[in-house]
Amino acid sequence: MQFKTIGAATLATLLAGAAWAQDQSIIVQSTTSTANSGLYDHLLPIFQEETGIQVNVVAVGTGQAIKNAENCDGDVLLVHAKPSEEAFVEAGYGTSRTDLMYNDFVIVGPEADPAGVSGMTDVQGALARIADQGALFASRGDDSGTHKKEVSLWTDAGVDPAAGSGDWYRETGSGMGATLNAGIGMGAYVMTDRATWISFDNKQDYTIAVEGDEDMFNQYGVIPVSPEHCPSVNAEAAQTFADWLVSGAGQEAIAAYTVADQQLFFPNAPAQ
Amino acid sequence: MMDALGLAVQLVLSGDPDLLEIVLLSLRVSLTATVVACLIGLPLGALVAVGRFTGRNAVLIVMNALMGLPPVVVGLLVYLHLSRSGPLGFLGLLYTPTAMIIAQTILIAPIVAALSRQVIEDLHAEYAEQFRSLCLTKLQTVQALLWDARYSLLTVGLAGFGRAVAEVGAVIIVGGNIDHLTRVMTTAIALETSKGDLGLALALGIILLVIALGVNAAVQSVRMTAVRQAYV
Repeated sequence: MQFKTIGAATLATLLAGAAWAQDQSIIVQSTTSTANSGLYDHLLPIFQEETGIQVNVVAVGTGQAIKNAENCDGDVLLVHAKPSEEAFVEAGYGTSRTDLMYNDFVIVGPEADPAGVSGMTDVQGALARIADQGALFASRGDDSGTHKKEVSLWTDAGVDPAAGSGDWYRETGSGMGATLNAGIGMGAYVMTDRATWISFDNKQDYTIAVEGDEDMFNQYGVIPVSPEHCPSVNAEAAQTFADWLVSGAGQEAIAAYTVADQQLFFPNAPAQ
Repeated sequence: MMDALGLAVQLVLSGDPDLLEIVLLSLRVSLTATVVACLIGLPLGALVAVGRFTGRNAVLIVMNALMGLPPVVVGLLVYLHLSRSGPLGFLGLLYTPTAMIIAQTILIAPIVAALSRQVIEDLHAEYAEQFRSLCLTKLQTVQALLWDARYSLLTVGLAGFGRAVAEVGAVIIVGGNIDHLTRVMTTAIALETSKGDLGLALALGIILLVIALGVNAAVQSVRMTAVRQAYV
């Protein structure tokens, strides 16, 4: 008898959980930098105020976000790996991709600067020198947007870091923040997007060593998940969100977001 | 460390509504998972304890081995099932507290089953002859043993709860760590760590420890009150 009552109560709890507001909420599969830097905390209340749509953000690496969206576990994809995003749309998973905003990648390193790359603006040269000196470098190693970018920069630099894997090249297989924590812990250079770096709280004696190369450009894009591929998506609300982000109001809101008096993301959606 | 302790006290005293929401969700998810895991695990453990059947040893080994289920693997399996493209995707449960409860239940039911099996088997060894002389059926035996071992089984439940409330690998995959929806203590700690806010992460960790302490103290006091009354 007792067990029956408990069982019924449990079942009720389970069902109550399933009945959460479905209609006016969407799930955004997002890269971590936009979430960890606090951008969504700034944008979403403005958007919700205007439209009444609740936006739930799942912040994972770009690779995982794309995979999750392919599995129909999100309504909107907001990531930063243009070739993968275009492939996503090409394959019919997304309706269309729009440039949203940009910032840039930087390489941060310890004050001691063991590879002597501080102040360099040629990223390929800096990477080649790090590899040459065998200075520690912590990589995401997780197929995220930042990782894909880093791999392409190594290729451009003519270095195969895999040869030093486990030696000077340390692949953490984790998110940007975790990789920064690990890299700083071991005195390694780390490539990060500027937004995550500015809002990161555990910098210790680390500063930006390499920046300013136009190859370090970091473009973010937004893609509503295709209702044809995923009938379960909330297509209308997803489109509303994507449209708002690239609209004048959305772009202004993105530009207005600062941390420590520094703008983190620069809107560059094509004029509507 | 002291800074984190101070921050923890400050957070609790400020009555921050976000913190309260996260704490309550942690408790709701992990306590529900513990109750469901007990509903499954206790009878299962008891049946295996008193049962004599072929392949029993294999069942014991599997049950004990499943105590070591890695949370991230459980999370992944539950994700694959609840994903919109998975077999149970039509339920729309991914990224809800329900999904987190399911994952934690799978994680701790084997712990409850394996530990209660041991407790009840030991007790059964003591009473086996008595039960035989009373001609009890298997079901009656199981009921009597479960009731008699209830205080030890509370500890078994607590072991399951401890594992559930402390894990992050499963809930972060199936819950998604969504603010105001599926963010619990452990995923909040993981998030603050990845933001490099180690002080806040540690402060949340301290609060989680205190909550676990509170739940254990509450169960202990129930148990002591009950035992005292039993001997009046």
